[in-house]
Amino acid sequence: MSLSIPYGSTALLGPSGSGKSTLLRLLNRLADPDAGVVRFHGTDVRELDPLDLRRRVGLVPQLPAPVPGSVADNVRFGPRLEGREVDPEPPVRLAGLDPSFLDRDASRLSVGEQQRVMLARALALEPEMLLLDEPTASLDADATAAVEHALRNLHDLSYVLVTHNAEQADRLTERTIRLEQGRVHR
Amino acid sequence: MIAAGTVSITLGEVAASLALIAVAIAVSFWRRAELEQDIAVAVIRSFLQLTAVGYVIQAIFDSDSLWLVAALLAGMVGFGAWTARGRAKGVPDATGPIVLALAVAAAVTLGLVIALGIFKAEPRYLVPVGGMVIGNSMTAVAVALNRLADEMHDGRRQIEAMLALGATSFQAARAIVARSLRSGMIPLVDSTKTTGIVFFPGTMVGMLIAGAEPVDAVRLQLVLLWVLLGAVALSGLIATSLGYRGFFTDSHQLREQPPP
Repeated sequence: MSLSIPYGSTALLGPSGSGKSTLLRLLNRLADPDAGVVRFHGTDVRELDPLDLRRRVGLVPQLPAPVPGSVADNVRFGPRLEGREVDPEPPVRLAGLDPSFLDRDASRLSVGEQQRVMLARALALEPEMLLLDEPTASLDADATAAVEHALRNLHDLSYVLVTHNAEQADRLTERTIRLEQGRVHR
Repeated sequence: MIAAGTVSITLGEVAASLALIAVAIAVSFWRRAELEQDIAVAVIRSFLQLTAVGYVIQAIFDSDSLWLVAALLAGMVGFGAWTARGRAKGVPDATGPIVLALAVAAAVTLGLVIALGIFKAEPRYLVPVGGMVIGNSMTAVAVALNRLADEMHDGRRQIEAMLALGATSFQAARAIVARSLRSGMIPLVDSTKTTGIVFFPGTMVGMLIAGAEPVDAVRLQLVLLWVLLGAVALSGLIATSLGYRGFFTDSHQLREQPPP
């Protein structure tokens, strides 16, 4: 399989088991391929510092995994890992949440709200690119609409959206790459 | 009959205490706890192992050789590591960390109690204290690593989410490592808190039966309990701080793991 992902928004579309999420994990080096090379701006990702790469290429997981504490604690978490303090309000707004959420306990929010906290947490690192792993797979229609609305407002950010929903891919991305059984289907 | 002032116990007196084993087996049989066979194995193993180690200790006391003491303690570390390894199967590459944890805990605590002048560097003190240190450290390490494996397995999603935010392996595992260390230390901390009220620890019981003054029995027990706390903290720290690394690659990736 060979593919390149340009700037802008790209959907990786395919049925479950087609290797979409695995491919996504290779892009920020949560995993390494058994064979072949993943390049970021032309450089083999294995030559980059994995922690730096993951800050530049943020990931929003399929299911929310908040750290214990408030929404603000969650948004500050990533930058604090490298000793930086950030104002949590702009990323929270960007993710489509009202700033009144900042002091609330993240683990007590609905899954849809938590998923936007995950988006805000990734945005707080000011990444060059976002990886979105079926971010609405576990959400109901209203929560899906809210997350999609937040994603459509990320105008200048490149992202790769993994989804099994062709309509969502059309709604949210400029181009779609279809995967079937670990292969690119053109 | 065992009487104060004597420490000589006949095999007949030992055999008489089997009456309580009969009670244990009867209870198990009656309530179908299905432990009869295990109890029998436990009785036979405890008899053979303690008898054998009794002769070994006698020989070491007779020789008065610190080299033999070191060899015996090294054997205990090896056997303790093997036992703890069996209970911490879910931790990859755990043998090295466990051996190091037990060996360092034994060496540092024995070195300290000798340096502080609490015990003389003689086999009579080094063998029993070393055995207690290694035994308690083994239990703590096994409990801590067992917990570590469970939490690393259950917390996979959370850990990977932290790694994705640029956390190092250590940053992602820090809370789990802390809870694992805690779970390894808590049993001894709790039993130290309640000692003398809810139960009488073995050393004190042994000294009282052997005819020592209660004040001396209490003081020796305190020394041993406090030494053990230090040893357990040290071994738990080493085992968890090194043990978590087996779950990660050098590139701060979570390794694929079979369920623990």
